[in-house]
Amino acid sequence: MMAMRIMAIILAFGLATACNSSGPQNTQPATVYGSAIAVSSGDKQIGASGAALDEPVVVQVNDAQGTATPGAAVVMEGPPGVRFAPVTRLTDSSGQFTTVVSLGGQAGRYQLAAVTQDRGGKRFSAKFDEIALGYQSMLGRQLNNQYCDRCHNPESTAVRVSNFDNLSAKPHAFSEGDVLNKFTDADLTAIISQGGPALGRSAEMPPWGYTLSKADMQALVAYIRAVSDPPYRTKGVVYAQVH
Amino acid sequence: MRSGWRKILGDPVRAFGVVSVVLLVSLAIAPAKNHFSQWRYYQNNYTKLIRDRADAVTLEKRLERGIQQIWLPEQGVVDRCTTCHVALKQASLSDVAEQPFRPHPPIPHSLTEFGCVTCHRGQGPATNVHEAHRSSLAWEEPMLPARYIEASCGQCHLSPLAGTPRLNAGRRLLAGDGCVRCHTLKMADGTVFQGTDDPPSLKHIADKTTREWMFAWIKDPVAYSPTATMPNFHLKEDEIRDITAFLVAQSTPLAAAAGRSSARSAANSGADDSQAGATLYGQSFCASCHAVQNAAGNLVGGDLGPELTRIGTKAKPQWIEAWLRNPAAYDPETKMPRYRFTDQQIATLTRFLLAKKDDDLLAKVRLAEGTAEQAAHGKVLINEYGCASCHEINGVRKPENFAPELTRVGSKGFAQIAFPPNVPHSLPDFISAKVRDPRAFGPSLKMPQFKLTERQIDDVTTALLAQSERAYTQPSTMRVASSHDTHYRPAGKAGQLMDDLRCFSCHRINGRGGDMAPDLTWEGSSVQRKWLADFLRNPETLRPALIRRMPKFNLTDSEINTLTDYVMTVYQTPAFDRDIAPAGPTPALVEQGRQLFYGKYACQSCHIVDPAKDKGYIGPALWSVGSRMNSSWVYQWLKDPQALRPGTMEPNQHMSDENAKAVTAFLSSLKSAPRAAAAKKGGGR
Repeated sequence: MMAMRIMAIILAFGLATACNSSGPQNTQPATVYGSAIAVSSGDKQIGASGAALDEPVVVQVNDAQGTATPGAAVVMEGPPGVRFAPVTRLTDSSGQFTTVVSLGGQAGRYQLAAVTQDRGGKRFSAKFDEIALGYQSMLGRQLNNQYCDRCHNPESTAVRVSNFDNLSAKPHAFSEGDVLNKFTDADLTAIISQGGPALGRSAEMPPWGYTLSKADMQALVAYIRAVSDPPYRTKGVVYAQVH
Repeated sequence: MRSGWRKILGDPVRAFGVVSVVLLVSLAIAPAKNHFSQWRYYQNNYTKLIRDRADAVTLEKRLERGIQQIWLPEQGVVDRCTTCHVALKQASLSDVAEQPFRPHPPIPHSLTEFGCVTCHRGQGPATNVHEAHRSSLAWEEPMLPARYIEASCGQCHLSPLAGTPRLNAGRRLLAGDGCVRCHTLKMADGTVFQGTDDPPSLKHIADKTTREWMFAWIKDPVAYSPTATMPNFHLKEDEIRDITAFLVAQSTPLAAAAGRSSARSAANSGADDSQAGATLYGQSFCASCHAVQNAAGNLVGGDLGPELTRIGTKAKPQWIEAWLRNPAAYDPETKMPRYRFTDQQIATLTRFLLAKKDDDLLAKVRLAEGTAEQAAHGKVLINEYGCASCHEINGVRKPENFAPELTRVGSKGFAQIAFPPNVPHSLPDFISAKVRDPRAFGPSLKMPQFKLTERQIDDVTTALLAQSERAYTQPSTMRVASSHDTHYRPAGKAGQLMDDLRCFSCHRINGRGGDMAPDLTWEGSSVQRKWLADFLRNPETLRPALIRRMPKFNLTDSEINTLTDYVMTVYQTPAFDRDIAPAGPTPALVEQGRQLFYGKYACQSCHIVDPAKDKGYIGPALWSVGSRMNSSWVYQWLKDPQALRPGTMEPNQHMSDENAKAVTAFLSSLKSAPRAAAAKKGGGR
């Protein structure tokens, strides 16, 4: 029994440190209180499990009149394994708080929250989602970057000009869950493997079945499922959870 | 005596009863412990979990009760993890988030062939949660946090893998950020990590730059260039003063730089000239390798050469001129090609580069002439901080084993680690803390401060954790060997020319060279001779929209001939004969090919043949491919692009021989650029 108790303590301690391991804590008490909090940028990112997301998450605290509130305390919350650097701090002169988020080691969707309190201790939280890719979906993302992204992603960057506008049949972005969630895995695999004509669609989507392996195509389907918005549901959305 | 016993034990019958009960209870301890064991608890919970599922019967059938074990004697694996993690192979439970019942995510290895601890660490034979997962006095190796899991791939896979971006990035950093210049790091197959960074020799440093610049650079390399590889040694100002005094004192003048008279006076200067400099910088495609910060503070350009934003503050005019004339004279190992610039061009470009300066950088640096005493102290400091591990310095020998060897750092014992306060007692935390802030482990430590992001710190930690004991002790048959560049060097006159032009800085040929530009191993089979000669004369004809591209070297006709002859003769694929054309192009075949091109294969989604109509922007424009590519190459390419260039983006369309012949005939008929083509962009890489 003693061993169990010690273990429980160690586990609890481990979980606690897992949650708060990032950076020095800001012990300064808040002198200003807001009554609304919102995520300004950095939500809905897609990153590797266990790694820092590309963009920091920025949240803003406002008061009842809707003006930005500098000096309000913000605390980040998430399931164990998620790291925030920093996990808590007072908002800056423009009422904002910026933190770098590293998702947990488990792949999946993470629901995170930024929390602030008003003078009476009432909590206001802004919830947001981030996606962590696992081994298979990361592989899918690499294949996507190598073969698919140039046509399927309508956005151009400085080093990568999108071919989207040059095509007569417009490809679906992989995040278009409304459309792609209706396809079964077998349908997606068929269209990747044999090209558009396999499902009576445009030949502008070429067949990749002689270029990619079966595992490659499974990885691509896993990636498409992982990034779809709204989420792809087999049995309801599963968020990464506390264990 | 008797009454004494009686006193202690009481009535003998009662005593017998008590002893019996105690005995019975103690006998029951073991079965009870077994009955209430954690694994039984989890197995029972699993039964409850699967009870209401659609495939309950199948899952129940697959459940093996009791203690389970994966035993792989050769790999030293005795894993009982599957006793509690009962559903690792049950993919239908993918919606279950509760541990220990989650199925294992898909990976390319079989769990029964590799076991669990090979990748996850922890104590395999343990049968309770704490002993299996965490460290104890008897077991130092707890489970590896999931974010470093790619370290385990690196125990066997010694070269980059598609599925391990962190490990690859970490190993690139170890080799490219100077770590392995001080720390010896051997892979499990005995290969020694070689530095891929290019720290300059300091033997002639006074030719190149001033003592003031050296001072500012050593004080904070990032202030000069945000992309600086050199770390910050946090030296005191008088220490830096003494080091620079020694560096100037040891520097010997290079004859080549001194001999030539300055070309600057030969040319006019003024606004026109700076425009001419910018144009020449652009035409020479300096930006393919060198970056410059733009007004918004973003770096624009390649990273093969150093950043040039403030080069005018650093380099002396005579040095820039000599360098532009022949870079290899100053640095025989340089990646920079020898452009055949005229004196006039050198003068223009030098003035253009000198104008890129930042006067604030050296504004506060005031140094009196260095004394012999200062130089002597500087030399002591240089030895102390191991500067010669990276840089060649006159009179200072490269130190051996300057820093602790990192070969097996991934299994470093706790007894060998002095944890500073605030660092959790685990190996990954130790390694990342050390990489993040080495001096936190003691202000007198020599390891400098590297400028790494949190993600890069995790990447390096991952790569170091891969250097585990297991990597060395497991059977060598499990290893996937590290890949090396070959030592291929082209022979003869062409070989000398290719060395002079540093073709291998960007191109890969026969397993050696960079990856910025296409692999040329089979270039002779792919292109037509006349096209190649024209291209070398004026490289701007191909893919004019690219920013990073082949510069114009101003080659002579005889040089072009030498190169073209060599490429066409030597760089031939054995897979097919270049001179046997697939079919004579008849008008009917060309028309059939055109229809296949636009219809069945929809090639226009990526390529442009008719700029008025086609818009495809991914592959190269094909309007004159008939006068560029060899038709037998085109035919083989259409049949299987990856066979000719592995990893190329073009999908294998599985064309029949007839269709491939027809499309080849169509493409070969495209001889020259249509008039409108000049105005259009030619496509990306």
